[in-house]
Amino acid sequence: MMFAPAPYLLKDASVSRVMTMVCLALIPGITAYAWLVGPAILVQLVIASVTAIAAEAAMLKLRGKPLAMFLSDGSAIVTAWLIALTFPPLAPWWLVVTGTLFAIVIAKHLYGGLGQNPFNPAMVAFAACIVSFPALMSQWPSVGLQMPLLDQLNVILGLAPRVDALSGATPLDAMKTALKLGEGQVDIAHLLANQDIYGNFAGRGWEWVAVGYLLGGLWLWQRKLITWHAPLAFIGGMVLISGVLWLYQPASFASPLFHLLSGGTLLGAFFIITDPVSGCTTPRGKLIFGFCAGLLAYIIRVFGGFPDGVAFAVLLMNLSAPLIDQLTQPRIFGMKGKQS
Amino acid sequence: MTRDEFSTIAYNGLWKQNTALAQLLGLCPLLAVSTNIVNGVMLALATIIVMALANVAVAMLRNLIPHEIRIPVFILIVAALVTVVDLLFNAQLHELYVVLGIFIPLIVTNCIVLARVEAFAAKNPPLNSTVDGIFMGLGLLWTLAVLGAMRELLGSGTLFSGIDMVFPSLSPIQVLPADYPGFLLGLLPPGAFILLGCMIAWKNWMDARAAERAKRRPPTPEAIADTAEAGA
Repeated sequence: MMFAPAPYLLKDASVSRVMTMVCLALIPGITAYAWLVGPAILVQLVIASVTAIAAEAAMLKLRGKPLAMFLSDGSAIVTAWLIALTFPPLAPWWLVVTGTLFAIVIAKHLYGGLGQNPFNPAMVAFAACIVSFPALMSQWPSVGLQMPLLDQLNVILGLAPRVDALSGATPLDAMKTALKLGEGQVDIAHLLANQDIYGNFAGRGWEWVAVGYLLGGLWLWQRKLITWHAPLAFIGGMVLISGVLWLYQPASFASPLFHLLSGGTLLGAFFIITDPVSGCTTPRGKLIFGFCAGLLAYIIRVFGGFPDGVAFAVLLMNLSAPLIDQLTQPRIFGMKGKQS
Repeated sequence: MTRDEFSTIAYNGLWKQNTALAQLLGLCPLLAVSTNIVNGVMLALATIIVMALANVAVAMLRNLIPHEIRIPVFILIVAALVTVVDLLFNAQLHELYVVLGIFIPLIVTNCIVLARVEAFAAKNPPLNSTVDGIFMGLGLLWTLAVLGAMRELLGSGTLFSGIDMVFPSLSPIQVLPADYPGFLLGLLPPGAFILLGCMIAWKNWMDARAAERAKRRPPTPEAIADTAEAGA
């Protein structure tokens, strides 16, 4: 199955190959993540993958579709991995299971399966869970917390109590809360000096996870699985709005670099808004899609009530993708002027 | 009214033209109030009273109402009846009245009421109209009850919460264990949309299955004679 527009120069771009490469590209990020919080993230990846495959098989069976062909395309695994990477690593097991079921059953198969879903399933799962379980979805382990695998497993399976060390905020959330509590008295430079939470550029440790995603994303681009338009426009949108506000008031708005390396910015830029199904397909459309998603993500994460804004920004832009695609149809080769 | 007419009206109200699942009318109160069974059922009961009385009133006055200004007249009749129900709830079930809030007065603008008055009561005798109002309301009632039960169960793990506002001697049932975290989406409007969508899909699936079965059943001799006649 091909998704690229003509002239089909790409060779062997079957869905399963694309999905495998996307999974491979996630590995640098996952490695940094596992180094940061321990093996819990691997446990969550396994839980999400198993749930996704089971849900996918059940839905395909219900819909009377060939199991082997659709199961082996790997799209469910990519969705599952994105869910595991965006959920808190020590979340109880049922949270990831609920999110994955919601993504596969409601966001993917009720809309007609792979290629028909108007929304990115992983982002639907994130939005549904953060709206439904706001407390559990914002409990991130404090950085530097060293827990052996067995203890982490116990927390995930609900066998051990959820202690305070597990209920930190993300660096983004911590900064927003501190600024709100400070009521204009606290400035960013002062906050960033706290080396428990913040590192050289952004959240301590988390910045390297973001760099891992960046490496994977650049590899995907180099292998021509994604084009540069959407990620660059997304980063551009976020840098533009955060840069303007930062120059205007550096004491209460963090630098663009902080925002690039925090939260889901780079994961979103390379792995989520480049989704060929729910995103735009025309080059100009991808630019508009990415730019607006970057702006919205910044606005929601800085001025909104949720810890991060990437998921909601992507969902809002998914809604507008068909319209953008229609308005940015490229000129047909051999035709003159506008076709409309 | 013949038996046939009665069963047609009842079948239309309860299933075929179900206000929520087929006509998709009055979605605003439907989605806002169906957070639990008690709220949903009580609002549906209020709507049934209004619909039955409005249908009788309009059916009796239908030959006196000038065609050109019929809509304002219908609205006046409905508004008068809603005021009665509103005051009744305020006096008898005050706690529930506070919970349902604006949605009782809003029955005036509920398209179901106006739609039945315009589409049925204005063209039919009073008795048929009453039955139509009651059964359309009952269709709404069971839909709201099922939707409310699903949302309540998903969102908070209970059933019949708030029943003590109607019957002080009864108390809600805790179906799921007390430490159930509550899937909040069920209680929020998006959850109501998703669950209503599932119910509509279920109704369409049941209808499709029934149609399939009817097609597979061997045709009766009369039907064969009919088609032969039509062919000739």
